[in-house]
Amino acid sequence: MTAHQSSGKPDTVYFFGTCIIDLFYPRAGLAGMELLKRHGLRVVFPPGQSCCGQPARNSGYLDEARAVALQQIDSFPQDWPIVVPSGSCAGMMKTHYPDLFEGRPEHAKAVAFSQRVHELTDFLVTVLQVKLEDKGEPVKVTWHGSCHSMREMGVVDQPKELLRQLSNVTLIENPREKECCGFGGTFAVRQPEISAAMVGDKVAALEETGASEVLSGDCGCLMNITGAMDKAKKPMGGRHIAEFLLERCK
Amino acid sequence: MSGDFTQRAPGALNDPTLRRNFRRAMDGLMTKRAAQFQDTAAWNALRARGAAVKARVVSKLPELLEQLEANCTANGITVHWAESTAEANAIVLEILQAAGAKKVIKGKSMVSEEMELNHYLGDHGIKAVESDLGEYIIQLAGEAPSHIVMPCIHKNKSEIAALFAEHIDGLGYTEDVDTLTAAARKALRNEFATADAGISGVNFAVAETGTLVLVENEGNGRLSTTLPPLHIALMGIEKLAETLEDIPPLLSLLPRSATGQAITTYVNMISSPRKPGEKDGPEQVHLVLLDSGRSRVYADEQLRDTLRCIRCGACMNHCPVYSRVGGHTYKFVYPGPIGKILTPQLEGLDCAGDQPHASTLCNACVEVCPVKIPIADLLVRLRGESVHSSDSPAVKGAGSRHNWREALVWRGWKFMYSHPLAYAAGAKVLSRLGNAIPDSAPMIREWTSVRNRPKFAGKTLHELVREEGYDHE
Ligand code: SF4
Repeated sequence: MTAHQSSGKPDTVYFFGTCIIDLFYPRAGLAGMELLKRHGLRVVFPPGQSCCGQPARNSGYLDEARAVALQQIDSFPQDWPIVVPSGSCAGMMKTHYPDLFEGRPEHAKAVAFSQRVHELTDFLVTVLQVKLEDKGEPVKVTWHGSCHSMREMGVVDQPKELLRQLSNVTLIENPREKECCGFGGTFAVRQPEISAAMVGDKVAALEETGASEVLSGDCGCLMNITGAMDKAKKPMGGRHIAEFLLERCK
Repeated sequence: MSGDFTQRAPGALNDPTLRRNFRRAMDGLMTKRAAQFQDTAAWNALRARGAAVKARVVSKLPELLEQLEANCTANGITVHWAESTAEANAIVLEILQAAGAKKVIKGKSMVSEEMELNHYLGDHGIKAVESDLGEYIIQLAGEAPSHIVMPCIHKNKSEIAALFAEHIDGLGYTEDVDTLTAAARKALRNEFATADAGISGVNFAVAETGTLVLVENEGNGRLSTTLPPLHIALMGIEKLAETLEDIPPLLSLLPRSATGQAITTYVNMISSPRKPGEKDGPEQVHLVLLDSGRSRVYADEQLRDTLRCIRCGACMNHCPVYSRVGGHTYKFVYPGPIGKILTPQLEGLDCAGDQPHASTLCNACVEVCPVKIPIADLLVRLRGESVHSSDSPAVKGAGSRHNWREALVWRGWKFMYSHPLAYAAGAKVLSRLGNAIPDSAPMIREWTSVRNRPKFAGKTLHELVREEGYDHE
């Protein structure tokens, strides 16, 4: 599944923070980096990074997406794994960068870059094979897997495996886990009514679990889901799984 | 229903019965399909075969169509080519008029919906009666199909009961499913017996043998194609298989993906009209091959993947947008994910450019498509085509949704996100002052209709990483 599975544990990794985390959820980014550091890795954050380019690509502005993608590719020059705390941005970099540069001189570079991309929870489980020790109080949580983390990155069970390692955490899965929350980047504002219906149904499904909190590996979905929960004054909260894991292990 | 998809959506979203009907139906179909493909390895293998068959067929479409024509002709089936739906209608009318037909009985055919055939025939004094139960129901209601496999999936039992009570003499209102089906059956038997011609669709036409494969569950397809003295089959030029060996994987994928059935109740293989000495079957069989924009789809290496489609409907059953708004909201014949990629290519982006945007790109359709059509990638391609014009556009109406303001925003975005200094400065300003942007600003207005907006964090991750002493190289 991952390039580094066979070659063992790397000493140094790159961290790609994502644009949403950079502006809105920097604590989630820091938590992800801290988790990696705690498992003995040197974590490098290249300052030239910004956005994976997905917003432009998904809107059909491929030249613009390519320019931004190239900026990322060039910002991560060493042969270290690139860990991304978002299945969606990781999916863009892993599955779409090669397509984006098909038939262009940068293609080989894009392919090589894409092969180094890992989603955070997958990296923790598959490459680092972490064993977490729970130091927190008993709590019930539920999980929201993003569409791209599940369907582009194949990240379905990895985050749940991490949660199951925590002895005081009860994971209650929701039956609609595979259904999109209605974020879809610009979809949420281009099709506001449909997006509202989708996130409404998603919140209802999450609430039905009785969990006090929803965790996710994607801040785009979280922004949508917790935004809707807060607006409707629901008691349930949500945050990035990295923040949760770090808090439990501290 | 007017305007574009976005404007039509609220009508469907605010209809609780419709929402419930679709939700329940789609949930059921997803469960049934999943039960058929529990063995992931077997599903992957079967799907790889299905995709390979259709990819091969599409890659040699022109050659296989010629082969199909030659073999059908040798079998006694008359083949007609229609460039447009108007031509297809004229061909069908001419055949029917030559036979003096006044009434036709129809099996399910989405191509006939593309042609708006019933309407056209009605205008020329020929009555077309739908014999598929779902089609029969929506014909009574005067509606269009809301799903390509289950045309009346938007209706529940009580709505159908009311419709039957109104249209079928002496039935009265009943929600008893057996009574309702029996009533439709009785009404339709009479139509079968008195029809002058039968019209059907085609699921797969086998080029090597000139065989038309038609799957169905009610026996109405078999009756429509065997009882009347004349049978006209309608198909889009992409509904091909090369050899009979291509059929088993497709036949296995289609019903499993569509309705969660291992196989349909009827699998018809039509290879000729009635031969001398045979006791049944139509005396004439005609095959109308409809292009209507498909050649243009074929001409583009990437877009031609669209033509692999076997019309199973799994993509719509799994689509979170379709299941919220139903088929009619799309306004075109093909709703859901397949419609979002096919319609703009057949009709042009100028009139159907809204369709590719009716998606979150969640990939649920891609995951279940039995012939592995990269629907999400094609949606992105079409979004791009809709805002970029060129001298020899691959898609009709390319560039018709170009908007200089939007283009300028993306250009600015590109500059900011590909220049680290510009990004650092922009992010710094936004993280400190962004929360002061009013809720009424464009995009934030739509966002905050049902959600609180996220707060800019004050300091970016870029800044925090530096403060925390991480290597920043
Ligand atoms: S696009 Fe795929 S899933 Fe959708 S109808 Fe066609 S074959 Fe079925």
